[in-house]
Amino acid sequence: MRSTGSYAHQRCVACAQNISNQKLVQGILDSIPSPEAACLSAEDISPSSNGPRDDDPDDLFAEATEEVSLDSPERQPILSDGPSPAITPVTPVMISPRVDVFDRSPDQDEDEEENRDTFDIQISVSDPEKVGDGMNAYMVYKVTTKTSLSIFSRDEVCVKRRFSDFLGLYSKLASKYMHMGYIVPPAPEKSIVGMTKVKVGKEDLSSVEFVEKRRSALERYLLRTVKHPALLKDPDVLQFLESSELPRAVSTQALSGAGILRMVNKAADAVNKMTIKMNESDAWFEEKQQQFENLDVQLRKLHASVESLVCHRKELSVNTASFAKSAAMLGNSEDHTALSRALSQLAEVEEKIDQLHQDQSYADFYLISELLGDYVRLITAVKGVFDQRMKAWAKWQDAQVMLQRKREAEAKLQYANKPDKLQQATDEIREWEGKVQQGERDFEQISKNIRREVGRFEKDRVKDFRVVIIKYLESLVHTQQQLIKYWEAFLPEAKAIA
Amino acid sequence: MVRSVSVDLNNDASLVIDIPDALCERDKVKFTIHIKTTLSSFQKSEFSVPRQHEDFIWLHDTIVETEEYAGLIIPPAPPKPDFEGPREKMHKLGEGESSMTKEEYAKMKQELEAEYLAVFKKTVQVHEVFLQRLSSHPMFRKDRNFQIFLEYDQDLTVRRKNAKEMFGGFFKNMVKSADEVLISGVKEVDEFFEQEKIFLLDYSSKIKDATAKAEKMTRSHKNVADDYNHISGAMNSIAADNNTAFKKHLEKCAEVFEKLRKLEDRVASDQELKLTELLRYYTRDIQAAKDLLYRRARALADYENSNKTLDKARLKGKDIAQAEENQKQCLRKFDKLSESGKKELTSFKARRVVAFRKNLIEMTELEIKHAKNSMSLLQGSIEILNSN
Repeated sequence: MRSTGSYAHQRCVACAQNISNQKLVQGILDSIPSPEAACLSAEDISPSSNGPRDDDPDDLFAEATEEVSLDSPERQPILSDGPSPAITPVTPVMISPRVDVFDRSPDQDEDEEENRDTFDIQISVSDPEKVGDGMNAYMVYKVTTKTSLSIFSRDEVCVKRRFSDFLGLYSKLASKYMHMGYIVPPAPEKSIVGMTKVKVGKEDLSSVEFVEKRRSALERYLLRTVKHPALLKDPDVLQFLESSELPRAVSTQALSGAGILRMVNKAADAVNKMTIKMNESDAWFEEKQQQFENLDVQLRKLHASVESLVCHRKELSVNTASFAKSAAMLGNSEDHTALSRALSQLAEVEEKIDQLHQDQSYADFYLISELLGDYVRLITAVKGVFDQRMKAWAKWQDAQVMLQRKREAEAKLQYANKPDKLQQATDEIREWEGKVQQGERDFEQISKNIRREVGRFEKDRVKDFRVVIIKYLESLVHTQQQLIKYWEAFLPEAKAIA
Repeated sequence: MVRSVSVDLNNDASLVIDIPDALCERDKVKFTIHIKTTLSSFQKSEFSVPRQHEDFIWLHDTIVETEEYAGLIIPPAPPKPDFEGPREKMHKLGEGESSMTKEEYAKMKQELEAEYLAVFKKTVQVHEVFLQRLSSHPMFRKDRNFQIFLEYDQDLTVRRKNAKEMFGGFFKNMVKSADEVLISGVKEVDEFFEQEKIFLLDYSSKIKDATAKAEKMTRSHKNVADDYNHISGAMNSIAADNNTAFKKHLEKCAEVFEKLRKLEDRVASDQELKLTELLRYYTRDIQAAKDLLYRRARALADYENSNKTLDKARLKGKDIAQAEENQKQCLRKFDKLSESGKKELTSFKARRVVAFRKNLIEMTELEIKHAKNSMSLLQGSIEILNSN
């Protein structure tokens, strides 16, 4: 069992001033043991993001596709053709491998299910690079996979992928597995506003943060995907991780994760409206569906509160910095020498504290807020899977209805003395009997799959939460320790005023 | 209990004043003033008297209007007690009582009490300091109205009304913005006052700015505390739906956030009390010092005018004696203001330094205390959560 020790995790960071924040984030992310990391795709917090909203119930594709003109396959030749476009690294600053800020939690793999005994894979998404410029530009990320699993051709693989590649992967997996009841982790959301700034070349703090947010979200998405035992073995996943050139999906446009879910859910809704309400014979499903409805509401509320915390903590940082400057000015103006010096030192302490608050807000965000966002979207996927089951049930019921009709038709033909038609009718009965059987089998299969998937989901959810909350509390401890340090250093200065 | 934002002004045992209690009755706040004295001018040696905020303002105004005190820094009037925030909350609490769970109601009530307490502490502190400034000053402590304020065992309302009619707010009606122009316009011969003028004008704007920034910082702390509160509530509602061991875990987490909220609240209110209130107070005190400079500048202007009048009188040969007398008086007044002004401004600096020192030390000690409490809370919780 390879230990989840720290490995070189080199990333370009956009602004030098962000380095300390990045280090903190890096430390946090490194110390989440990757096999256990909750692998979900993040919801982009930017207001233009394509969250599951019902503003256009009729147009199935309304929000599923965006940025078509920029990402459409016609404009982007397959990578092997044509000259490679200019590559602009985001910044030249590299982070060297460093000691994590936080202790690693001990490996928690010991008490795992059998299918995880040999689970050993680490994925990182790093080195965002801008390719091309102007509105045709896009970001390319390095995806590094380290594993001892035999399904992979090498121990370590590095590939370059762009955002739409991730979306393409998700859409393939969703189309293959969702109808079987598998909870396929949704890919991160598109963001027109965020990406436009990056394309246009603004290297300000918000673009940098956006790229980092996205990078982190893509990483979590991949980790969650491979954590799923079936998805890990999927050829599309393997190709995504290993293949140096990924053919662009030519026939389909890249759909956003939420777009696909909405499409799927809408289709299910349409089906439901037409059929009789399902007679739920299985109390487990009824109970679970209700639970997930509740959890959806509650998680969104919790997420909103945490987002508010992130925002206010940032404000606190800004206001503290502002006060620090003001205190420095006051110190300069003060004509009593000792008091003047103390005020200047107070200003310095407050400046350090403002940095502390900013670091904490990053922890608030990356540890808790993003994770909650991931889960909010994952719950949508879970609800989608329940809908798929209803669809399967409806299909089965329809087949039964059809079979009945065919039988009635055959019975009628018995008296009509049309031997050809009778034979056809008999054949059709056999066909539909087969379909009914298949329908029943599919329904039972999807029910079984969902039970297993939900069990796995709930286990992961509990584990993720436990791990993350500890990490978060530890980040708070760190902040308090620093506060004590700073104030204890200032105390003698205050006492020295004479 | 020494609560004063300023230095411990109660170190002269001949007249010791403090405010041990205050009551908030609807719109009015009633302060209980407690006096201990060895002075013979008072009838009793220890007694208490209830006073309203408006009584303090009356006292302040009569002192400002007193010509005799023109050369002194008049202690700034305490600001009106502002219970608007807690009052609003109480209103919300009353309205929403039926729609809240018992726990939510109890929690909100607790928050409300904490907020009341914070406002209470602030306003008591600032009213107390006002009286202590007067009692510790050799001239103010002998003021007749001050004694009435302390001793008169009836309601001062009637007196206050009369005073308003009498004085009509003479000084207050002067346009304050003319202050700075007049002060900076004066051709200063005296090096001391020249330095003070430059210092006070600059310091005044800096401390106003620092006060505003400190207020914003404190408000952000309160917002963070609020968020912890909501997070705690949200976790509890998720916990309620879980029937497993996870439920206990979530409930414990919710509890941690609730405690963090309380601590963050304390950090915010202590910071406000020690830092923001300190800055607020000295912003007002600096203004009082500037007012003194203003009065002196006016006196100088008057003296210069009286010189011109005397010259004119000599030229015309009329009213010379009157003009000479006027000039002598103006000079005397100006000299008196300069002499006492110098003393006042010097002791003001000393007072300011001591107050800053005291409050910065206390603030720092409280920050350390709260951070240590937070840390032990967090570490204890991590241990419990890990062992689950």
